[in-house]
Amino acid sequence: MTLGKQTETNTGSALLLEFHLDPHTGVPPYLQLVHQVEGAVRLGTLGADDQLPTVKAVVSALAINPNTVLKAYRELEHRGLAIGRPGLGTFVRESISYRPAPERQMLRDTFAAWLQSATAAGLSEAEVRALVEAELIAARSAKGAA
Amino acid sequence: MRAVLEARALAKRYGHTWALRDCSFSLPGGHVVALVGPNGAGKSTLLHVAVGLTQPTAGAISVLGNPAPSDPKSLMRIGFVAQSAPLYRTFSVADMLRLGRAMNPRWDDAYARDRLARLNIPADRTVGRLSGGQQAQVALSLALAKRPELLLLDEPVADLDPLARHEFMGELMAAVAEHGISVVLSSHAIAELERACDYLVVMGSGKVKVAGEVAALVEEHLLLTGPVSTAADTATSRTVVRQSLAGRQATLVVRGISRRALPPGWRERRLSLEELILAYLREPEASALPGPQELILAAETH
Repeated sequence: MTLGKQTETNTGSALLLEFHLDPHTGVPPYLQLVHQVEGAVRLGTLGADDQLPTVKAVVSALAINPNTVLKAYRELEHRGLAIGRPGLGTFVRESISYRPAPERQMLRDTFAAWLQSATAAGLSEAEVRALVEAELIAARSAKGAA
Repeated sequence: MRAVLEARALAKRYGHTWALRDCSFSLPGGHVVALVGPNGAGKSTLLHVAVGLTQPTAGAISVLGNPAPSDPKSLMRIGFVAQSAPLYRTFSVADMLRLGRAMNPRWDDAYARDRLARLNIPADRTVGRLSGGQQAQVALSLALAKRPELLLLDEPVADLDPLARHEFMGELMAAVAEHGISVVLSSHAIAELERACDYLVVMGSGKVKVAGEVAALVEEHLLLTGPVSTAADTATSRTVVRQSLAGRQATLVVRGISRRALPPGWRERRLSLEELILAYLREPEASALPGPQELILAAETH
Protein backbone atom coordinates (compact mmCIF):
# COMPACT_ATOMS: atom_id res chain seq x y z
CA MET A 1 0.00 0.00 0.00
CA THR A 2 1.32 3.40 -0.86
CA LEU A 3 0.95 6.07 1.76
CA GLY A 4 0.00 8.72 -0.74
CA LYS A 5 -2.97 6.76 -1.98
CA GLN A 6 -4.12 6.08 1.57
CA THR A 7 -4.12 9.77 2.48
CA GLU A 8 -5.99 10.70 -0.67
CA THR A 9 -8.82 8.26 -0.14
CA ASN A 10 -9.17 9.03 3.54
CA THR A 11 -9.78 12.71 2.92
CA GLY A 12 -12.47 11.63 0.49
CA SER A 13 -11.11 13.94 -2.21
CA ALA A 14 -10.31 11.10 -4.57
CA LEU A 15 -13.10 8.55 -4.55
CA LEU A 16 -11.88 5.74 -6.73
CA LEU A 17 -15.27 4.27 -7.40
CA GLU A 18 -18.77 5.63 -7.58
CA PHE A 19 -21.53 3.06 -7.17
CA HIS A 20 -24.87 3.15 -9.00
CA LEU A 21 -27.98 1.14 -8.34
CA ASP A 22 -30.49 0.15 -10.96
CA PRO A 23 -33.82 -0.61 -9.27
CA HIS A 24 -35.25 -2.36 -12.33
CA THR A 25 -32.75 -5.15 -13.04
CA GLY A 26 -34.03 -7.58 -10.43
CA VAL A 27 -30.41 -8.07 -9.33
CA PRO A 28 -30.22 -7.56 -5.53
CA PRO A 29 -28.57 -4.25 -4.61
CA TYR A 30 -25.67 -5.91 -2.75
CA LEU A 31 -24.87 -8.00 -5.84
CA GLN A 32 -24.93 -4.91 -8.04
CA LEU A 33 -22.22 -3.41 -5.80
CA VAL A 34 -20.19 -6.63 -6.03
CA HIS A 35 -20.45 -6.63 -9.84
CA GLN A 36 -19.38 -3.00 -10.04
CA VAL A 37 -16.23 -3.63 -8.01
CA GLU A 38 -15.48 -6.74 -10.08
CA GLY A 39 -15.97 -4.75 -13.26
CA ALA A 40 -13.71 -1.94 -12.08
CA VAL A 41 -10.99 -4.42 -11.14
CA ARG A 42 -11.27 -6.21 -14.51
CA LEU A 43 -11.07 -2.91 -16.38
CA GLY A 44 -8.12 -1.82 -14.29
CA THR A 45 -9.80 1.29 -12.84
CA LEU A 46 -9.31 -0.34 -9.44
CA GLY A 47 -6.01 -1.98 -8.61
CA ALA A 48 -4.34 -3.80 -5.75
CA ASP A 49 -4.43 -1.91 -2.43
CA ASP A 50 -6.95 0.63 -3.65
CA GLN A 51 -9.43 1.41 -0.91
CA LEU A 52 -13.11 0.81 -1.58
CA PRO A 53 -15.42 3.66 -0.53
CA THR A 54 -16.28 3.55 3.18
CA VAL A 55 -19.64 2.10 4.16
CA LYS A 56 -20.72 5.52 5.36
CA ALA A 57 -19.81 7.16 2.04
CA VAL A 58 -21.73 4.54 0.04
CA VAL A 59 -24.90 4.62 2.16
CA SER A 60 -24.92 8.38 2.22
CA ALA A 61 -24.64 8.59 -1.58
CA LEU A 62 -27.14 5.83 -2.39
CA ALA A 63 -29.49 6.12 0.61
CA ILE A 64 -29.29 2.37 1.22
CA ASN A 65 -29.10 0.30 4.36
CA PRO A 66 -25.53 -0.11 5.69
CA ASN A 67 -26.02 -3.89 5.86
CA THR A 68 -26.33 -3.96 2.05
CA VAL A 69 -22.81 -2.53 1.70
CA LEU A 70 -21.42 -4.74 4.45
CA LYS A 71 -22.88 -7.77 2.71
CA ALA A 72 -21.36 -6.69 -0.63
CA TYR A 73 -17.93 -6.19 0.93
CA ARG A 74 -18.16 -9.55 2.73
CA GLU A 75 -19.04 -11.18 -0.58
CA LEU A 76 -16.04 -9.50 -2.26
CA GLU A 77 -13.80 -10.83 0.52
CA HIS A 78 -15.34 -14.25 0.08
CA ARG A 79 -14.61 -14.12 -3.65
CA GLY A 80 -11.03 -13.17 -2.85
CA LEU A 81 -11.32 -9.77 -4.51
CA ALA A 82 -11.10 -7.61 -1.43
CA ILE A 83 -9.68 -7.70 2.05
CA GLY A 84 -10.96 -5.95 5.16
CA ARG A 85 -8.37 -4.25 7.32
CA PRO A 86 -9.87 -3.54 10.75
CA GLY A 87 -9.98 0.16 11.50
CA LEU A 88 -8.78 1.11 8.02
CA GLY A 89 -11.39 -0.09 5.54
CA THR A 90 -11.78 -2.57 2.72
CA PHE A 91 -9.09 -2.83 0.05
CA VAL A 92 -8.72 -4.49 -3.32
CA ARG A 93 -6.56 -7.62 -3.19
CA GLU A 94 -3.71 -8.22 -5.51
CA SER A 95 -4.64 -11.73 -6.49
CA ILE A 96 -6.70 -11.08 -9.61
CA SER A 97 -4.90 -11.97 -12.83
CA TYR A 98 -5.33 -9.77 -15.86
CA ARG A 99 -4.81 -10.24 -19.51
CA PRO A 100 -1.77 -8.20 -20.44
CA ALA A 101 -2.75 -4.68 -21.46
CA PRO A 102 -2.15 -4.82 -25.25
CA GLU A 103 -4.04 -8.08 -25.59
CA ARG A 104 -6.92 -6.70 -23.55
CA GLN A 105 -7.07 -3.62 -25.73
CA MET A 106 -7.15 -5.78 -28.85
CA LEU A 107 -10.02 -7.87 -27.45
CA ARG A 108 -11.90 -4.75 -26.52
CA ASP A 109 -11.50 -3.28 -30.01
CA THR A 110 -12.68 -6.52 -31.62
CA PHE A 111 -15.71 -6.53 -29.37
CA ALA A 112 -16.48 -2.86 -30.07
CA ALA A 113 -16.35 -3.60 -33.80
CA TRP A 114 -18.63 -6.62 -33.33
CA LEU A 115 -21.04 -4.51 -31.29
CA GLN A 116 -21.14 -1.94 -34.07
CA SER A 117 -22.09 -4.52 -36.68
CA ALA A 118 -24.66 -6.01 -34.29
CA THR A 119 -26.27 -2.60 -33.84
CA ALA A 120 -26.15 -2.01 -37.60
CA ALA A 121 -27.91 -5.36 -38.05
CA GLY A 122 -30.70 -4.04 -35.83
CA LEU A 123 -29.99 -5.97 -32.61
CA SER A 124 -31.34 -4.29 -29.48
CA GLU A 125 -29.31 -3.87 -26.31
CA ALA A 126 -31.36 -6.62 -24.67
CA GLU A 127 -30.65 -8.98 -27.56
CA VAL A 128 -26.92 -8.27 -27.39
CA ARG A 129 -26.97 -8.92 -23.68
CA ALA A 130 -28.88 -12.17 -24.21
CA LEU A 131 -26.35 -13.29 -26.85
CA VAL A 132 -23.38 -12.55 -24.60
CA GLU A 133 -25.08 -14.28 -21.70
CA ALA A 134 -25.87 -17.35 -23.85
CA GLU A 135 -22.28 -17.59 -25.08
CA LEU A 136 -20.94 -17.30 -21.53
CA ILE A 137 -23.23 -20.10 -20.38
CA ALA A 138 -22.24 -22.25 -23.36
CA ALA A 139 -18.55 -21.66 -22.64
CA ARG A 140 -19.05 -22.49 -18.99
CA SER A 141 -20.81 -25.77 -19.68
CA ALA A 142 -18.21 -26.67 -22.34
CA LYS A 143 -15.53 -26.10 -19.72
CA GLY A 144 -17.49 -28.20 -17.25
CA ALA A 145 -17.83 -31.05 -19.75
CA ALA A 146 -14.14 -31.01 -20.71
CA MET B 1 -30.29 -8.16 19.79
CA ARG B 2 -32.77 -7.17 22.47
CA ALA B 3 -36.03 -5.44 21.60
CA VAL B 4 -36.00 -1.67 21.15
CA LEU B 5 -39.77 -1.44 21.04
CA GLU B 6 -42.21 -3.95 22.42
CA ALA B 7 -46.00 -3.76 22.71
CA ARG B 8 -48.43 -6.10 24.40
CA ALA B 9 -52.15 -5.82 23.57
CA LEU B 10 -51.66 -2.09 23.17
CA ALA B 11 -54.84 -0.09 22.58
CA LYS B 12 -55.65 3.58 22.21
CA ARG B 13 -59.13 4.99 21.80
CA TYR B 14 -60.00 8.53 20.72
CA GLY B 15 -63.70 8.99 21.48
CA HIS B 16 -65.43 6.15 19.66
CA THR B 17 -62.49 5.40 17.36
CA TRP B 18 -59.80 2.86 18.13
CA ALA B 19 -56.47 4.17 16.78
CA LEU B 20 -54.70 1.09 18.14
CA ARG B 21 -56.38 -2.14 19.01
CA ASP B 22 -54.85 -5.29 20.46
CA CYS B 23 -51.51 -4.29 18.98
CA SER B 24 -48.65 -6.67 19.88
CA PHE B 25 -45.14 -6.86 18.46
CA SER B 26 -41.48 -6.89 19.36
CA LEU B 27 -38.92 -4.97 17.28
CA PRO B 28 -35.32 -6.18 17.59
CA GLY B 29 -32.53 -3.62 17.80
CA GLY B 30 -29.94 -2.90 15.13
CA HIS B 31 -32.46 -2.48 12.34
CA VAL B 32 -33.94 0.26 10.23
CA VAL B 33 -37.62 -0.53 10.66
CA ALA B 34 -40.23 0.66 8.19
CA LEU B 35 -43.67 1.21 9.66
CA VAL B 36 -46.13 1.27 6.78
CA GLY B 37 -49.88 1.42 6.49
CA PRO B 38 -52.67 3.63 5.18
CA ASN B 39 -53.71 6.87 6.86
CA GLY B 40 -55.43 6.09 10.12
CA ALA B 41 -53.67 2.74 10.51
CA GLY B 42 -52.29 3.84 13.88
CA LYS B 43 -48.67 4.55 12.94
CA SER B 44 -48.47 8.05 14.41
CA THR B 45 -50.42 7.01 17.50
CA LEU B 46 -48.01 4.15 18.06
CA LEU B 47 -44.98 6.46 17.81
CA HIS B 48 -46.64 9.01 20.10
CA VAL B 49 -47.33 6.33 22.70
CA ALA B 50 -43.70 5.17 22.42
CA VAL B 51 -42.38 8.61 23.38
CA GLY B 52 -44.95 9.25 26.10
CA LEU B 53 -46.84 11.98 24.22
CA THR B 54 -50.01 9.87 24.42
CA GLN B 55 -51.15 7.50 27.16
CA PRO B 56 -52.45 4.13 25.94
CA THR B 57 -56.05 3.20 26.82
CA ALA B 58 -54.99 -0.38 27.54
CA GLY B 59 -52.02 -2.69 27.19
CA ALA B 60 -48.32 -2.03 27.68
CA ILE B 61 -45.38 -0.74 25.71
CA SER B 62 -41.71 -0.82 26.59
CA VAL B 63 -39.02 1.23 24.90
CA LEU B 64 -35.37 0.14 25.12
CA GLY B 65 -36.47 -2.19 27.90
CA ASN B 66 -38.12 0.60 29.91
CA PRO B 67 -41.85 0.04 30.52
CA ALA B 68 -42.52 3.74 31.20
CA PRO B 69 -41.96 5.69 27.96
CA SER B 70 -42.52 9.12 29.54
CA ASP B 71 -39.72 8.48 32.07
CA PRO B 72 -37.05 11.16 31.40
CA LYS B 73 -34.34 8.49 31.66
CA SER B 74 -35.96 6.67 28.77
CA LEU B 75 -36.60 9.83 26.73
CA MET B 76 -32.93 10.81 26.98
CA ARG B 77 -32.05 7.75 24.93
CA ILE B 78 -34.64 8.32 22.21
CA GLY B 79 -34.69 10.77 19.34
CA PHE B 80 -38.11 11.61 17.96
CA VAL B 81 -39.01 13.63 14.89
CA ALA B 82 -42.76 14.23 14.59
CA GLN B 83 -44.47 14.70 11.25
CA SER B 84 -43.56 17.74 9.05
CA ALA B 85 -40.25 18.63 10.75
CA PRO B 86 -41.56 20.24 13.96
CA LEU B 87 -39.41 23.36 14.43
CA TYR B 88 -40.09 26.89 15.63
CA ARG B 89 -40.36 28.78 12.35
CA THR B 90 -39.33 32.16 13.77
CA PHE B 91 -36.22 30.74 15.47
CA SER B 92 -32.86 30.79 13.76
CA VAL B 93 -31.03 27.48 13.29
CA ALA B 94 -28.61 28.58 16.05
CA ASP B 95 -31.60 29.26 18.36
CA MET B 96 -32.87 25.74 17.74
CA LEU B 97 -29.45 24.36 18.68
CA ARG B 98 -29.42 26.48 21.85
CA LEU B 99 -32.83 25.08 22.75
CA GLY B 100 -31.63 21.53 22.13
CA ARG B 101 -28.56 22.12 24.28
CA ALA B 102 -30.64 23.51 27.15
CA MET B 103 -33.11 20.65 27.08
CA ASN B 104 -30.90 17.61 26.59
CA PRO B 105 -28.27 16.44 29.06
CA ARG B 106 -26.49 14.27 26.47
CA TRP B 107 -26.45 17.01 23.80
CA ASP B 108 -23.50 16.98 21.39
CA ASP B 109 -23.29 20.54 20.15
CA ALA B 110 -20.13 20.16 18.07
CA TYR B 111 -21.71 17.24 16.21
CA ALA B 112 -24.85 19.24 15.39
CA ARG B 113 -22.83 22.25 14.20
CA ASP B 114 -20.48 20.17 12.05
CA ARG B 115 -23.39 18.39 10.52
CA LEU B 116 -25.30 21.54 9.59
CA ALA B 117 -22.13 23.18 8.25
CA ARG B 118 -21.43 20.16 6.08
CA LEU B 119 -24.97 20.37 4.69
CA ASN B 120 -24.47 24.11 3.98
CA ILE B 121 -27.31 25.16 6.28
CA PRO B 122 -26.51 28.64 7.65
CA ALA B 123 -26.83 28.89 11.45
CA ASP B 124 -28.16 32.46 11.34
CA ARG B 125 -30.99 31.66 8.92
CA THR B 126 -34.55 31.65 10.30
CA VAL B 127 -36.11 28.18 10.18
CA GLY B 128 -39.13 29.47 8.23
CA ARG B 129 -36.83 30.62 5.43
CA LEU B 130 -35.17 27.23 4.94
CA SER B 131 -36.33 24.86 2.21
CA GLY B 132 -38.42 21.82 3.18
CA GLY B 133 -35.41 19.57 2.70
CA GLN B 134 -33.23 21.79 4.88
CA GLN B 135 -35.87 21.90 7.62
CA ALA B 136 -36.02 18.12 7.60
CA GLN B 137 -32.21 17.98 7.87
CA VAL B 138 -32.26 20.42 10.80
CA ALA B 139 -34.89 18.31 12.58
CA LEU B 140 -32.79 15.17 11.95
CA SER B 141 -29.62 16.91 13.18
CA LEU B 142 -31.38 18.00 16.39
CA ALA B 143 -32.62 14.45 16.99
CA LEU B 144 -29.15 12.97 16.30
CA ALA B 145 -27.35 15.51 18.51
CA LYS B 146 -29.14 13.92 21.48
CA ARG B 147 -26.96 10.90 20.71
CA PRO B 148 -29.96 8.58 20.84
CA GLU B 149 -29.87 4.80 20.84
CA LEU B 150 -33.24 4.71 19.12
CA LEU B 151 -34.54 7.17 16.56
CA LEU B 152 -38.27 7.39 15.83
CA LEU B 153 -39.34 9.31 12.73
CA ASP B 154 -42.95 9.98 11.78
CA GLU B 155 -43.32 10.41 8.00
CA PRO B 156 -39.92 12.10 7.67
CA VAL B 157 -39.93 12.41 3.87
CA ALA B 158 -43.64 12.90 3.15
CA ASP B 159 -43.32 16.62 2.36
CA LEU B 160 -40.03 16.41 0.47
CA ASP B 161 -39.26 16.42 -3.25
CA PRO B 162 -37.46 13.34 -4.66
CA LEU B 163 -33.96 14.84 -4.41
CA ALA B 164 -34.48 16.05 -0.83
CA ARG B 165 -35.90 12.63 0.03
CA HIS B 166 -32.83 10.91 -1.31
CA GLU B 167 -30.51 13.29 0.55
CA PHE B 168 -32.44 12.90 3.78
CA MET B 169 -32.41 9.10 3.61
CA GLY B 170 -28.70 9.19 2.67
CA GLU B 171 -27.90 11.26 5.77
CA LEU B 172 -30.03 8.99 7.93
CA MET B 173 -28.27 5.87 6.62
CA ALA B 174 -24.86 7.49 7.18
CA ALA B 175 -25.84 8.13 10.82
CA VAL B 176 -26.91 4.50 11.17
CA ALA B 177 -23.59 3.33 9.67
CA GLU B 178 -21.60 5.64 11.92
CA HIS B 179 -23.37 5.26 15.27
CA GLY B 180 -25.26 1.98 14.97
CA ILE B 181 -28.55 3.61 15.95
CA SER B 182 -31.77 1.62 15.70
CA VAL B 183 -34.37 3.43 13.61
CA VAL B 184 -38.14 3.13 13.30
CA LEU B 185 -39.70 5.29 10.62
CA SER B 186 -43.23 5.50 9.34
CA SER B 187 -43.73 6.28 5.68
CA HIS B 188 -45.87 6.09 2.58
CA ALA B 189 -42.90 6.25 0.23
CA ILE B 190 -42.39 2.55 -0.37
CA ALA B 191 -39.66 3.03 -2.99
CA GLU B 192 -37.36 4.79 -0.51
CA LEU B 193 -38.05 2.17 2.12
CA GLU B 194 -37.09 -0.75 -0.06
CA ARG B 195 -33.47 0.37 -0.17
CA ALA B 196 -33.11 1.74 3.31
CA CYS B 197 -35.09 -0.51 5.61
CA ASP B 198 -34.22 -4.05 6.58
CA TYR B 199 -37.23 -4.69 8.82
CA LEU B 200 -40.87 -4.22 7.96
CA VAL B 201 -44.00 -3.67 10.03
CA VAL B 202 -47.29 -3.39 8.14
CA MET B 203 -50.12 -1.81 10.12
CA GLY B 204 -53.81 -1.59 9.33
CA SER B 205 -56.87 -0.71 11.41
CA GLY B 206 -54.77 -0.26 14.54
CA LYS B 207 -53.10 -3.66 14.37
CA VAL B 208 -49.85 -5.15 13.15
CA LYS B 209 -50.60 -7.29 10.11
CA VAL B 210 -47.14 -8.57 9.45
CA ALA B 211 -43.68 -7.91 10.85
CA GLY B 212 -40.27 -9.31 10.07
CA GLU B 213 -36.91 -8.88 8.40
CA VAL B 214 -37.40 -7.72 4.82
CA ALA B 215 -35.13 -10.40 3.33
CA ALA B 216 -36.98 -13.17 5.21
CA LEU B 217 -40.42 -11.81 4.31
CA VAL B 218 -39.56 -11.60 0.62
CA GLU B 219 -38.22 -15.14 0.84
CA GLU B 220 -41.33 -16.50 2.56
CA HIS B 221 -44.07 -15.05 0.37
CA LEU B 222 -45.10 -16.32 -3.03
CA LEU B 223 -47.56 -15.21 -5.65
CA LEU B 224 -49.45 -18.18 -7.08
CA THR B 225 -51.62 -18.02 -10.20
CA GLY B 226 -53.73 -20.79 -11.63
CA PRO B 227 -57.23 -21.99 -12.53
CA VAL B 228 -60.10 -21.03 -10.21
CA SER B 229 -61.28 -24.66 -10.17
CA THR B 230 -58.27 -25.80 -8.13
CA ALA B 231 -57.83 -22.59 -6.06
CA ALA B 232 -59.39 -24.02 -2.90
CA ASP B 233 -57.22 -27.13 -3.21
CA THR B 234 -54.10 -25.01 -3.63
CA ALA B 235 -55.05 -22.92 -0.61
CA THR B 236 -55.68 -25.77 1.84
CA SER B 237 -52.07 -26.47 2.75
CA ARG B 238 -50.97 -22.83 2.60
CA THR B 239 -51.43 -19.64 4.59
CA VAL B 240 -53.26 -17.32 2.24
CA VAL B 241 -52.65 -13.61 2.72
CA ARG B 242 -54.79 -12.46 -0.14
CA GLN B 243 -56.73 -14.05 -2.95
CA SER B 244 -58.42 -12.54 -5.96
CA LEU B 245 -60.35 -14.00 -8.86
CA ALA B 246 -60.45 -12.66 -12.39
CA GLY B 247 -62.51 -14.76 -14.81
CA ARG B 248 -61.12 -18.28 -14.60
CA GLN B 249 -57.82 -17.27 -13.05
CA ALA B 250 -57.16 -17.16 -9.34
CA THR B 251 -54.27 -15.27 -7.77
CA LEU B 252 -53.11 -16.14 -4.28
CA VAL B 253 -50.50 -14.46 -2.14
CA VAL B 254 -49.29 -17.08 0.32
CA ARG B 255 -46.87 -17.13 3.20
CA GLY B 256 -44.62 -20.05 3.97
CA ILE B 257 -43.28 -22.61 1.55
CA SER B 258 -45.57 -25.62 1.28
CA ARG B 259 -44.23 -29.10 0.72
CA ARG B 260 -47.32 -29.99 -1.27
CA ALA B 261 -46.82 -29.68 -5.00
CA LEU B 262 -48.89 -27.14 -6.90
CA PRO B 263 -51.83 -28.58 -8.88
CA PRO B 264 -51.44 -28.60 -12.68
CA GLY B 265 -51.66 -25.20 -14.36
CA TRP B 266 -50.35 -23.28 -11.35
CA ARG B 267 -47.29 -21.02 -11.43
CA GLU B 268 -45.41 -19.33 -8.63
CA ARG B 269 -43.09 -16.36 -8.31
CA ARG B 270 -41.59 -14.13 -5.64
CA LEU B 271 -43.14 -10.77 -4.79
CA SER B 272 -41.38 -7.45 -4.67
CA LEU B 273 -41.51 -5.69 -1.31
CA GLU B 274 -44.08 -3.27 -2.70
CA GLU B 275 -46.36 -6.09 -3.91
CA LEU B 276 -46.03 -7.78 -0.56
CA ILE B 277 -47.00 -4.63 1.35
CA LEU B 278 -49.94 -4.00 -0.98
CA ALA B 279 -51.18 -7.57 -0.56
CA TYR B 280 -51.45 -7.03 3.20
CA LEU B 281 -52.94 -3.56 2.88
CA ARG B 282 -55.59 -4.58 0.34
CA GLU B 283 -56.96 -7.38 2.44
CA PRO B 284 -58.46 -5.87 5.60
CA GLU B 285 -58.58 -9.23 7.35
CA ALA B 286 -55.16 -10.46 6.27
CA SER B 287 -52.59 -11.12 8.90
CA ALA B 288 -49.51 -13.27 9.12
CA LEU B 289 -51.16 -15.67 11.51
CA PRO B 290 -52.21 -18.97 9.98
CA GLY B 291 -55.79 -20.08 10.38
CA PRO B 292 -58.86 -18.11 9.50
CA GLN B 293 -57.70 -17.06 6.02
CA GLU B 294 -58.35 -20.51 4.66
CA LEU B 295 -61.93 -20.36 5.90
CA ILE B 296 -62.43 -16.96 4.33
CA LEU B 297 -61.11 -18.27 1.05
CA ALA B 298 -63.33 -21.35 1.16
CA ALA B 299 -66.36 -19.16 1.90
CA GLU B 300 -65.58 -16.80 -0.95
CA THR B 301 -64.96 -19.40 -3.61
CA HIS B 302 -68.35 -21.02 -3.02
